[in-house]
Amino acid sequence: MSVKKALEEKILVLDGAMGTMIQAYKFEEEDYRGERFKEYAHPLKGNNDLLVLTQPQAIEDIHLAYLEAGADILETNTFNANSISMEDYHMSNLVEELNVQAVACARRAIERYQAAGGQGPKFIAGSVGPTNKTASLSPDVNNPGYRAVTFDDLKNTYFEQCEALIKAGVDILLIETVFDTLNAKAALFAAQDAIEASGREVEIMLSGTITDASGRTLSGQTTEAFLISVSHSPLLSVGLNCALGAKQLMPYLQTLDAKAPFAVSAHPNAGLPNAFGEYDETPEQMAAQIKDYLDLNLINIIGGCCGTSPAHIKAIADLSKNYSPRTYEH
Amino acid sequence: MSTNLPPRPMRLSGLEPLVITEETNFVNVGERTNVTGSRKFLRLIKERQFDEALDIARDQVEGGAQILDVNMDEGMIDGVEAMTTFLNLIAAEPDIARIPIMIDSSKWEIIEAGLKCVQGKCVVNSISLKGGEEEFIHQATTIKRFGAAVIVMAFDEDGQADNYERRIEICERSYKVLTEKVGFPPEDIIFDPNIFPVATGMEEHRLNALDFFRATKWIRENLPYAKVSGGVSNVSFSFRGNNTVREAMHASFLYHAIQNGMSMGIVNPTMLEVYEEVDKELMTYIEDVLLDRRDDATERLLEFAQTVEGTVKDEAKVLEWRNEPVAKRLEHALIKGITEFIDEDVEEARQQFARPLEVIEGPLMDGMNVVGDLFGEGKMFLPQVVKSARVMKKAVAYLLPYLEAEKAEGGSSSAGKVLLATVKGDVHDIGKNIVGVVLACNNFEIIDLGVMVPPEKILQAAQEHQVDILGLSGLITPSLDEMIHIAKEMERMNMHIPLLIGGATTSRAHTAVKIDPEYSGAVMHVSDASRAVGVSSKLLSNEGPTYVLQEKASLEKVREGYAKQRERKALVPFEFAQQNKPKLVFDKTTVPTPKFIGSRQVHDIAVADVIPYIDWTPFFQTWQLFGKYPRILEDNVVGEEAKKLFKDAQAMLRDIKKGGWLTLKAAYGIFPANSAGEEIKLGENGELGSFYALRQTGEKSKFQSLADFVAPQGSVQDYVGCFAVTAGLDMEGPLKRFEDAMDDYNALMLKALADRLAEALAEYLHLRMRREFWGYAPHEQLTNDDLIAEKYSGIRPAPGYPACPDHLDKETIFELLQAEDIGMSLTESLAMYPAASVSGYYFAHPESKYFAVGKLAKDQVEAYAQMRGISMELAEKWLAPNLNY
Repeated sequence: MSVKKALEEKILVLDGAMGTMIQAYKFEEEDYRGERFKEYAHPLKGNNDLLVLTQPQAIEDIHLAYLEAGADILETNTFNANSISMEDYHMSNLVEELNVQAVACARRAIERYQAAGGQGPKFIAGSVGPTNKTASLSPDVNNPGYRAVTFDDLKNTYFEQCEALIKAGVDILLIETVFDTLNAKAALFAAQDAIEASGREVEIMLSGTITDASGRTLSGQTTEAFLISVSHSPLLSVGLNCALGAKQLMPYLQTLDAKAPFAVSAHPNAGLPNAFGEYDETPEQMAAQIKDYLDLNLINIIGGCCGTSPAHIKAIADLSKNYSPRTYEH
Repeated sequence: MSTNLPPRPMRLSGLEPLVITEETNFVNVGERTNVTGSRKFLRLIKERQFDEALDIARDQVEGGAQILDVNMDEGMIDGVEAMTTFLNLIAAEPDIARIPIMIDSSKWEIIEAGLKCVQGKCVVNSISLKGGEEEFIHQATTIKRFGAAVIVMAFDEDGQADNYERRIEICERSYKVLTEKVGFPPEDIIFDPNIFPVATGMEEHRLNALDFFRATKWIRENLPYAKVSGGVSNVSFSFRGNNTVREAMHASFLYHAIQNGMSMGIVNPTMLEVYEEVDKELMTYIEDVLLDRRDDATERLLEFAQTVEGTVKDEAKVLEWRNEPVAKRLEHALIKGITEFIDEDVEEARQQFARPLEVIEGPLMDGMNVVGDLFGEGKMFLPQVVKSARVMKKAVAYLLPYLEAEKAEGGSSSAGKVLLATVKGDVHDIGKNIVGVVLACNNFEIIDLGVMVPPEKILQAAQEHQVDILGLSGLITPSLDEMIHIAKEMERMNMHIPLLIGGATTSRAHTAVKIDPEYSGAVMHVSDASRAVGVSSKLLSNEGPTYVLQEKASLEKVREGYAKQRERKALVPFEFAQQNKPKLVFDKTTVPTPKFIGSRQVHDIAVADVIPYIDWTPFFQTWQLFGKYPRILEDNVVGEEAKKLFKDAQAMLRDIKKGGWLTLKAAYGIFPANSAGEEIKLGENGELGSFYALRQTGEKSKFQSLADFVAPQGSVQDYVGCFAVTAGLDMEGPLKRFEDAMDDYNALMLKALADRLAEALAEYLHLRMRREFWGYAPHEQLTNDDLIAEKYSGIRPAPGYPACPDHLDKETIFELLQAEDIGMSLTESLAMYPAASVSGYYFAHPESKYFAVGKLAKDQVEAYAQMRGISMELAEKWLAPNLNY
């Protein structure tokens, strides 16, 4: 079954946080390194995307836990598997391999799930993060015209990642946590180029991030301005994730619901971080807030971002199956 | 117009949306940021005066432009570079970047360069069939993938359309190619059917305006969803130098073009008259030309034009703020990110202060605090704050030579080396940069590693440069973990230098609980930039080791409290202030007779009676959560935390009520009083002692003193009240239980609530004072918000607070009320025991208001010491925070 078809039938459930689950393993430097990178010249702790090579079982198990919780779409562990972010670890040369192996982890999880009798179509979304550089903001306060990265750099970086994800067989490219719309436009440009080059049918999901109390993206756009800026692309869905909890996202999702000619997705954080940077909203609390989305019929795709666990996704999946998806004009 | 089709509005965006529907009247495109149209702009770009070039852009936006046209087509300019640089700079100016950009160029490579800089949905101006269909298709396809709208010129392989037929022929062909071969959304197509000059004297130009109007109408009727635009100032080209005629002609042309369906246009809003306000005779001559109504239309207009003086209009610039005092101007410039006047304003401020540093610590930091507040409240967003930081930087840059000169005089060397970095994964550096600026101003040598710095690089640099202090900054949550990681690494590497922690998500609580334990060296949470200097100086001074121990100890207890900022102000002589004091009227209505005189005590006040009067905002402040209650509960950043805290507070209030944990007591009194100078004499003949007030002497103050609120001796008999309340009695038991259980959270909670209850009790008592005891406002009905906003009549200032900074009157109050009888006492430094206590005066005069005495000069302090009969030394000790010398 195609994603588009599935989307007409039900509210699709996206999985939850990868980082939060990885944290629970308490991996240390040597775990990140594994055998292969034992002698690597640079520290690797914190390079979560590398774990698809060094701890693939853990990643696969996390995926499986989300499938068992009721996720319909798995996000690959590739949020930072792009050449710009990987520069931090001097691993830009591994981008293709990281993405291919990440998709393989997700696929094996789906196979295990189905072998154990698990039902329903399951999809793989290649997670494409924003990179750690912004095309619209200068990192140098004294030189506002300076850019640490250009549109072309980003486009090439995204193309490399998207190409690898498509090659490995993803159903969807999920361009997420968009804090700078110009980054997103480069990603959309690259994703379309890569899809066209592959000749395959791959959907694009786009998810932005509202970062502050004024209801704007980090690069300063309102939700509607953000939507307008990306609407030229053939999107499967547009949505919001991260930075805020489900409750705080509500007004901006309503904007998307009212204006977007695409499916609408949301994968909020488990509330706002407390003073220690932890997310402590329980599955029940989060589901209660997401119920408000569903009651208002705002949603086609729902999942979780930072701080969410399989328990959160289960609560959300159990809830959302009682609701029909948002209807919209294409 | 195609009204029977479903609507497909054109949607553009800058930081904010611009949606153009069939109902949209007319979209005004700003044209001054165009090197082909503005000589000034051309010169600025050539000379790379980008700041001023941005001011032109800002003028356009402030003048009402809804889209900003940017054109860099000039032989002597590297167009790709200039377009990229200027658009990148605009992206950093939120008040400009608010509106969509129109990338205007006849060169494709410049257009492409522009498209790579703009996050919003912009407009490309323009492409055409001039170079053939293949090129046209390629360009349109690329524009579509970038997600922009496009202006298509009525131009093809054979040249520019200069009559009605050619215009519609080319537009129709272009439309078909775009919609059928490229799949371009028709609502994103804008035609420019060429606006040519009229009244040129040439016969073939007679129809120039009229043909444009007709072509516009045809396009709107025949090419669904397409829009029409054009460069309006072209039409009046023959009248250069005569702005009156040009402005009128633009108004008229626009009027008719809009009537025919023109949806947007490139217009200089400052070169546009209001259609209705054009002289009727002039309008007739102009419209004769535009609509080709007479054979001699051109001659008649030319002739009439000579009688109209070519006046130059004032720049329609909003410069009222320039009339404000310099501190306000600096604040405005910081908030708005305006650099234009910063040098002159800073110079003016510099001359007002004794030392250049005071300009930074005073008005500039004040302004940045306002920016910080607005940011916190979501009324400013990040790019604006970045701009503010830049204004700050410029201001400091201006002061730098003076700071250097002062340093040279002092001959001092570097105060220490500080390494600053925003941690890995975080791009936020405003606070860090401000810290850098302020520290540098205070003689510290700064090594700033920038943003997104990996930990190993930070630690390596710290060792390499042998820095004295390491400062880490971060705004987003994961940065907290980075900081912990670095603290661990510092411990592992056996480092000893102090670690400063700062940034929006950091907190004293987090620093204390999560970072400090990881590192045996000093860990300081620097809550805002203004504290950085004090903390750093102290750390590196002789007191350093003691300070570190103290701080370590206090972090263990997670104590709150901010060092109060100090500032020096311009003061008037005390005598002058006394002579110019406010004169209040004292008569029957303003001097209400109390219902009783003397003092009373209440020993059994129910907690439940007092709870409704709690002001919760300071409660959250105690916990370092800043924001107004109840809004703070919904705050995007601290809301969740605030809610949790609030819930816990409610639970504990229930326990307090149930368990009788706190005993609330109050003493209050009303006494005959009259003022004599700053002295308030109590009793009919002063036999009960006196209160001693202080008077404002700030240059801009009203020169108020509490004594002003009491009728002077020899006028009428007036009264003053006072009170002492406590909510901290019998608290030790539960407190000890919490402390024994190592439950700091609840111990702190109980103390914080006792404080709030004491304040609420004071509020409650004051209310009853107004309604019953003094009884001057028996029918007052105010909500708690009104009470918090101090909307009541009369005041209850407390010694030690801004209206009476000296604590000494507490002794008098306690004595008058015999406050020991309700279990209250004063320590030798006049702190009240129990700590959760409030005492103060009551003034009933309807004109009495809260104020801050502010800074005090020596003349008043001397007079004060004499009046009170204490030594100068003692007076200075009590008034230390207020001394201006």
